[in-house]
Amino acid sequence: MSVLSNPLFWQVGVPVFLIVLGYLVGSARERAHYRSILARERILRDLPIISTRRVPEDFPGLGPAPETRMVEGSAVISLDYFKRFLAQLKMLFGGRVTAYESLIDRARREALLRMRGEARAIGASVIVNVRMETASISKGGRGAIGTIEVLAYGTAALPAGGTGVGRVR
Amino acid sequence: MIVSTLEYVPGKTVTAHLGIVQGSTVRAKHLGRDFLAGLKNIVGGELGAYTELLSDARAEALQRMEQQARAVGANAVLNVRFATSSVAQGAAELLAYGTAVTVD
Repeated sequence: MSVLSNPLFWQVGVPVFLIVLGYLVGSARERAHYRSILARERILRDLPIISTRRVPEDFPGLGPAPETRMVEGSAVISLDYFKRFLAQLKMLFGGRVTAYESLIDRARREALLRMRGEARAIGASVIVNVRMETASISKGGRGAIGTIEVLAYGTAALPAGGTGVGRVR
Repeated sequence: MIVSTLEYVPGKTVTAHLGIVQGSTVRAKHLGRDFLAGLKNIVGGELGAYTELLSDARAEALQRMEQQARAVGANAVLNVRFATSSVAQGAAELLAYGTAVTVD
C-alpha cells in the first residue's frame, strides 16, 4: 500500500519496468520475426515481383494472353516501449532513427510476403505493377509514429486457363 | 469481373470506357481491440486484430467498387488503386477506385 501511494513508483518505476520489458520481449520478437521473414523469402524467391506496368511478353511459362488477378497483402506492426522511448530521445538530436527503420522494413517485407503467398496459392508465375502504401496508425501521441500499416498490391499473372496448381478459387 | 492494377487486359481489347468507379468504407476500432492493442504496444510486433480489421474493410471497399462497376455494365475494372485516410482519431476511410471498362 505504501509502495502504491509513492509517486516515485508511478513516475519512475513503472516506465522503467515497461522499458525493460519492451526491450527484452520486443527485441526477442523482432529477431524471431526477421528469422521468419528470411525463411519465407527464401521459399518465395522464384516468384518475382516487378513494378513495370505491363506483363513481360517473353516471360517464361506465360503465354501471349495470361490470366491476371489482383493480389494484396498487408501488415500492421507496432514499436515496443523501449524503441518508442529511444526514438523520442533521438528526435532531440536528429539523425538516423534506426528504431523506425526496422519497424518500416519489417512491415513492408511482411506485406510483400503475404501478397506473394496469395499469388503462389493461385499458381501465379509473376506479379506485375506492384504498389505499396504506408499509413501511420498513430498511437504514439505527440506526433510520433508508433504503429504503421503497409499495404502491398499488384496483379498476378498466371498461365491462361489456369494449370490449377493449388488453386483456391 | 476482372479487377486489375494494369491498364489493359492481356490478350483482350477494351471496347468501352465507362468512367471511374469507387467503393469505400469507414471503420473505427472498437474499445476491446484497442485495449489489447495498447498492451501489445508495450512489447511491439504485429497487431493482428488491426491487420484483420483493415483487410476486411479493404475487401468491402473492393466489393462496393465491383458492385458499382456491374451497375454501369462493366465487365472489368482496370488500374485499381487503394487509398487510406484517417477521418478522425480512431477511424479510417478505406477507398478503392478504378476505371470501369468493357473488354472483349
